[in-house]
Amino acid sequence: MNWTELGVFIFFFLLVTVLGFIAVGWRRGDLTQLNEWGLAGRRFGTIVTWFLLGGDLYTAYTFVAVPALIFGVGALGFFAVPYTIIVYPLVFVLMPRLWAVCRRHHYITPADFVNGRYGSKGLALAVAITGILATMPYIALQLVGIQVVIATMGITGSAAASDLPLIIAFLILAVYTYTSGLRAPAMIALVKDTMIYITVIAAVIIIPIKLGGYGHIFAAVAAAAPTKKGFALILPTASYMPYASLALGSALALFMYPHAITGVLASYSGRVVRRNAALLPAYSLVLGLLALLGYMAIAAGITAPSPTLIVPRLFNAMFPAWFAGFAFAAIAIGALVPAAIMSIAASNLFTRNIYHAYFKAVSDPGEEASVAKFVSLVVKVGALVFVLALGNTYAIYLQLLGGLWILQTFPSIAFGLYTRWFHHVALLLGWLAGMVWGTYMAVTNNFTPVYPIHVFGHTLPLYAGLSAFVLNIVVSIVLTVLFDLIGVARGTDQTARDDYGAEDQGAPVAAG
Amino acid sequence: MRRDDDGGVSAVATGSGSGPGKRSNQAASSPAFHPLYLLLLVPFIALLWPPFYAMDQPELSGIPFFYWYQFLWLLLTAILTAIIYGLTRGGTES
Repeated sequence: MNWTELGVFIFFFLLVTVLGFIAVGWRRGDLTQLNEWGLAGRRFGTIVTWFLLGGDLYTAYTFVAVPALIFGVGALGFFAVPYTIIVYPLVFVLMPRLWAVCRRHHYITPADFVNGRYGSKGLALAVAITGILATMPYIALQLVGIQVVIATMGITGSAAASDLPLIIAFLILAVYTYTSGLRAPAMIALVKDTMIYITVIAAVIIIPIKLGGYGHIFAAVAAAAPTKKGFALILPTASYMPYASLALGSALALFMYPHAITGVLASYSGRVVRRNAALLPAYSLVLGLLALLGYMAIAAGITAPSPTLIVPRLFNAMFPAWFAGFAFAAIAIGALVPAAIMSIAASNLFTRNIYHAYFKAVSDPGEEASVAKFVSLVVKVGALVFVLALGNTYAIYLQLLGGLWILQTFPSIAFGLYTRWFHHVALLLGWLAGMVWGTYMAVTNNFTPVYPIHVFGHTLPLYAGLSAFVLNIVVSIVLTVLFDLIGVARGTDQTARDDYGAEDQGAPVAAG
Repeated sequence: MRRDDDGGVSAVATGSGSGPGKRSNQAASSPAFHPLYLLLLVPFIALLWPPFYAMDQPELSGIPFFYWYQFLWLLLTAILTAIIYGLTRGGTES
């Protein structure tokens, strides 16, 4: 065990814990209101939103798993880069409209919007349940990010001793999320993302210098490639379809996740959202550079029993102890921010679209916030128990399914921002078809994301989420036509055409 | 921290005071779909067709084309989005 490394790690961890509690008073609002606890009063400007969404979407798990994938399979793992490039044009076009309609009607969750747009509690329930199911394993996976750095720092031994730091970290997280709501991860994100940027910039400068430059790294990887099974430095022809469909499907899915939408809705105006579509690619650049750490690990001859340990081991080998401790703190704190936002988003969904809609009509907004706070605790404890009891493998499987599931809510949410043409029952059945078929493909394929589809004598190896999404759309279109022909009743649309374009509701008339 | 980059933190942002629709006359509005948005399809074409870039050469100081091409599109897409934002933002901004 290295005490310098551990000391620096603990210092930064304590620093953000204090920040989490201080955040209660940041841009003070009445935290007994769900709008304040769960969306921080929708008052974050461009910069805070940039940190919040960046800290939210580029999780600790991403930073550990993407280099691990590149280390294992090479070019195919690089799909994370086109994925996180093309997601932002989608955000630019779709998300200001979602922000505007939710702000106008005081919607807090994507399922609130679906309920208002289609007048269908059933469709809203489907969206809410999908969101919660997709988010839970994602929270659990954040624990994996903490686990790998704790293990690398040499805290091992009996199961109870090595799990203890993880349990403490998550309990602290649970308490300050409870008291401060979305303000806590937003404030911590400012520190965490700064630490991540410092770590990554140092890593992509220092490590290549030690290894003799990028040219040397790629040459070493090319030399090692033939000895690695299933590895290719340049994308082979057989991987074209998997690569493109994984990038497209993941991009369509990302901003359907409740935690992504929570980050969007917490912003102050539609303009903030559109500006962020141009600014957030800075994080994609970081992700792309981090991905290359997988190759640096190959060039440096790093080995590990599990690929997720590659990045921490590389840092340990290349950095002085104090900086390795700093980098590990960045990764561990990087797990807390998304975990907090995800649990808040899942609580908002449960409170608004399940508890309120089906069990008990909540007239008092104070009660709504209390329920959400309590649920946020349950969600996190559930994730902790899940990982400690069942291990990482199931969390990884479920997270794969989660991405595939959340993509099936795209037609109801994203198409709904532009058109009311779809019938809500058709959308519900399309969602069901996509969920069932997507799950079937993933499960029968041993939880690998790419499933071969046979059409017109061709075999297309496609991301299962994307082919399920295509089925979802086809079912939704065909059934909409059918239901309208036979006259199945449609729900009432609470929203109006010009609810979707307003960028600046509630802004002061003149800023000066 | 510039908290007022959109004209100040609003006192009404808590949303309890104004009913839906009251403020539509003073709200800046973005178009439902501006023709310039079609330019945003370009990165999709450039990146979702791997035959364009799944190759070794030309290298850029030892980095295979496959990698630097995608990094280049990262920058180009961000710049393109920023330009389209500048050209299409709502009119009533002060």
